[in-house]
Amino acid sequence: MARDTLTGTRIRERRTIAGLRQADLARAVGISASYLNLIEHNRRRIGGKLLMAISGALGVEATLLTEGAEAAQIAALREAAVDMPDVAAEADRAEEFAGRFPGWAEVLTRTHRRVLSLEATVETLSDRLTHDPHLAASLHEVLSTAAAIRSSASILAENPNLEAEWQDRFHRNINEDSLRLAQSSKALVEYLDDSANSDDRTSAPQEEVETFVAEQRNHFSGLEAGTATPDEIVAAEPRLTTAAARDIGRRVLRQYARDARLIPLERLREVLSDTGIDPVAIAQRFDTDLPTALRRLAALPDEDLAAPLGLIVADASGSLIFRKQVEGFAVPRFGSSCPLWPVFAALGRPNVPLRRVITQEGRGRAMFTAFAVAHPIMAPDFDNDPLYHATMLLVPTQTDDNAEGARVQSVGTTCRVCPVARCAARREVSVLGEEF
Amino acid sequence: MNRKVLLIEDEPNIIEAIRFLLMRDGWEVETHSDGSTAVQAVQKSGPALVILDMMLPGRSGMDILRDLREISETANLPVLMLTARGQSRDRDMAERAGVSRFMTKPFSNAEVLDVVRDLLAQAPSQ
Repeated sequence: MARDTLTGTRIRERRTIAGLRQADLARAVGISASYLNLIEHNRRRIGGKLLMAISGALGVEATLLTEGAEAAQIAALREAAVDMPDVAAEADRAEEFAGRFPGWAEVLTRTHRRVLSLEATVETLSDRLTHDPHLAASLHEVLSTAAAIRSSASILAENPNLEAEWQDRFHRNINEDSLRLAQSSKALVEYLDDSANSDDRTSAPQEEVETFVAEQRNHFSGLEAGTATPDEIVAAEPRLTTAAARDIGRRVLRQYARDARLIPLERLREVLSDTGIDPVAIAQRFDTDLPTALRRLAALPDEDLAAPLGLIVADASGSLIFRKQVEGFAVPRFGSSCPLWPVFAALGRPNVPLRRVITQEGRGRAMFTAFAVAHPIMAPDFDNDPLYHATMLLVPTQTDDNAEGARVQSVGTTCRVCPVARCAARREVSVLGEEF
Repeated sequence: MNRKVLLIEDEPNIIEAIRFLLMRDGWEVETHSDGSTAVQAVQKSGPALVILDMMLPGRSGMDILRDLREISETANLPVLMLTARGQSRDRDMAERAGVSRFMTKPFSNAEVLDVVRDLLAQAPSQ
């Protein structure tokens, strides 16, 4: 139903909120109740003086009655519908819903926003508890001690005639446990404080490098121009605090410098204007391999692109060894990723380029075209099995861009926070399954 | 009727409180604190019910539970699992391993008593 045909519905809603009967409002604006009834059921168009009179009687702006819900709310409703693919919500009727039931629409959009916020919190906390053995052990200690205190205190409270010997024992136990609880709680707070204040404790070397690269927008003009070396850049970077991080940083930048020599930026810009983001065409033009083309595209300055591109590199164990994050595609900070990502499919078919249109379940649900290929990282050797890395470029894609109608493949982030109930790749239950 | 409960837990003051609680309710309570020998302790004790902590020195309560379910004499033995980890994942794992009830710390005495009475009322007489 078109927006301007819902004015009557909005009048009825506002009248109900104002606590007016149909007859009261009709009388106030000088029309019959039956005519107002027709207006409220959108069977009569309304405008001009009558609209002004009704809006005045209801104490609202006339535009609120004619224009209805804000575009942002309608967009939020559509997003909420898309985020629940299992439910056949009438997303195309979001505007009508918001117009007819503005209060409920607000409840739904706020609830949806809250779910997104809680999901983000759960993702952070569940990752931490699972992968931080010290934190898990500390919390276990605190809760076990609290259990002992609670149990002993209940016995004392519920048994006023307890024998003196038992009373003494439970008093002593409570005293011991309360001291223990005080110590373990204090230690836990200190640990959390330290974790929050120290990058050294929370950042792995790879994270330090990725943060550093991300701050440079994955583009190093000194390496592009040949005016700086990887060693010089790393040596001058105070945020690479550990020897391990500096070592990874040098390797990443050396590869960047090699790639820049093979595909110089200015020539890449010229080719791009001809080919667009076509990794195969770019690799052919520069007579280089596909991974180099994928990495060079991910290193383009933002101003050369309609939207920033993402890059993920995995080794054969499935570990992510490089991540250039892109909005709309979440990558878990800890633990295993979704095995449905094309970068992992590529590892199963070495040297075969894969192009998949994907969307990630959960927040945002942005669409990407993923270009992935697995490639050997060592020279051929009859006596040693080849080692492979897989590289995946993520190109933000609009529905209209998917003109060829490629199947859109749903992927997740990591099983723990993935909402998809039935998935052949699921390793463990999702925390979103029960609590949300 | 077998009224013996075996409490497998390594926190001495939790052991003392639960033992007191169950003994006052008329149950015979044995205790064991070492995860690595817990399965043998169950077989030797022959209890009507086991209260099993999830995190034990030597072996996890989850592994002990799985072993108990593999042994024909203890395959149907009621097991109440206590844990400081109340995440759905842990609960799900325990249920798949065959736990009878799952209780998170800090629990209340009344809850423990209710569950013990309930499980033993449901258990086949031995």
